[in-house]
Amino acid sequence: MRRNQVAVVGAAETTELGVIPNMSQIQLHADAALNAIADAGLKLSDIDGIATAVETPQQIAHYLGITPTWVDGTSVGGCSFMLHVRHAAAAIEAGLCKTVLITHAESGKSMIGKLPRSTPADSLNGQFEAPFGVYGPPSMFPIPVLRYMKTYGITHEQIAMVAVAQREWAAKNPRAMMKDPITVADVLNSRMIAYPFRLLQCCLVTDGGGALILTSADRAKDFPKKPVYILGTGESVETPMVSQMETFNSSRAFKVAGPTAFKEAGITHKDVDHLMIYDAFAHLPLFGLGDLGFMPHEETGKFIADGNTRPGGKLPLNTNGGGLSYMHSGMYGMYALQESVRQMRGIAPAQVKDAKISVCHGVGGMFAASGTIIFTNEK
Amino acid sequence: MAEPARAKPKPTPETQHFWDGTQAGELRLQRCDACANVYFPPRPFCPSCASRKVSVFKASGKGKLYSYVINHRPAAPGFTAPYAIAVVELDEGPRMMSNIIDCPQTPEALELDMKLEVAFEKLDDKITLPLFRPAKG
Ligand SMILES: [Zn+2]
Repeated sequence: MRRNQVAVVGAAETTELGVIPNMSQIQLHADAALNAIADAGLKLSDIDGIATAVETPQQIAHYLGITPTWVDGTSVGGCSFMLHVRHAAAAIEAGLCKTVLITHAESGKSMIGKLPRSTPADSLNGQFEAPFGVYGPPSMFPIPVLRYMKTYGITHEQIAMVAVAQREWAAKNPRAMMKDPITVADVLNSRMIAYPFRLLQCCLVTDGGGALILTSADRAKDFPKKPVYILGTGESVETPMVSQMETFNSSRAFKVAGPTAFKEAGITHKDVDHLMIYDAFAHLPLFGLGDLGFMPHEETGKFIADGNTRPGGKLPLNTNGGGLSYMHSGMYGMYALQESVRQMRGIAPAQVKDAKISVCHGVGGMFAASGTIIFTNEK
Repeated sequence: MAEPARAKPKPTPETQHFWDGTQAGELRLQRCDACANVYFPPRPFCPSCASRKVSVFKASGKGKLYSYVINHRPAAPGFTAPYAIAVVELDEGPRMMSNIIDCPQTPEALELDMKLEVAFEKLDDKITLPLFRPAKG
């Protein structure tokens, strides 16, 4: 894909975030979609491409009343939306469609109209992981972390600092669920969930959604809001079984998606003004900093503990408060993308001054998949 | 009313040899006849070189503790918290998820890289699970 040929011209989250007991999951999709379409100054009939995950694209297209010429139902977990952005950009460049709507919504907390998730007993996960007592992401996602800590000499206090720094960002964000300041001691004394992770190192569970509108850069200048250009993209998958990752010291999917996006964007790490790393759990920003090549893994814990990613630090990370403090409906990737777009538009609640390049890195499943999108506000 | 039961594997044709093995008190792995790669979970070809010429063999049942979590809440059906969900690195190379028995479920007792040996826990007439305990000696 060529740089800067496609732009985000509409971006919005659901009208409310948090606990939304009066809306079904599909209605949350529509709420986010209509907000994004309004943000772009478009009509529903202008949309000719549609992408979504978990819910099928045919469901969302029918519900909204869209007749697309391009459809993507890639569903690889919480980073599906990064992959949708990548695929949509390629489709727009190839002329398969002109204006793409990407939606996400999940009734993660209220569980209204939410599709059931199950692990069949004859699947590989059902045979070789489920019988050993895994029960939801908190018992699976952190499985690599003790090995990572031992290999690289990372401390419990350093990983606790991920949550502390992100709470500082959340305090600046009126839409964040958790805004009260916390200390490393608060994190390490919070309720045990799955050792070594305690409550404050695990993401929230909330209701909400978000949507994006993409079109070609040529058309983007005629839209009401400042366009945000797509500079580079990457994607990959590793394994749906966390026990079968190549190593617990790194994510193979991160190591493909991230560097692919950097190469395509033609930038170095020094060029990055703003960074989002999907933080379903507190170790993911450490894996991301290492696997995306910002620093050797040995340095990730100290880098965060030293305050480099907090407000005022040299690498602002997860500036909305992240999945740990902002919100997490079950698939967080859309909210990371929304924050990157806000930062590039210059309208984020905790705006990074003069930010020109934002890297947005996602994960799906338990390290199963990954997608990276690099945005810029300069053409 | 019966207690909720632990999730039970349902074998498929290409994994049946593994579950037949645990019932017979053996941990069975597969090795590629072409490139000698040992792999898990079971599949009828080598994920390293794609050869369909692969053999089943009895593994040593020895390994070490690669990583784990100690799950506190919520406990999975059939489990009493806190319990460790462990990943064992087998001496033959592959890793597998399991539980550690005959060992306190504490960070002090569950030392990374500690030596482990397989133990078999019969769930019913069809399924026996491979669990691990600290190796003797
Ligand atoms: Zn082979």
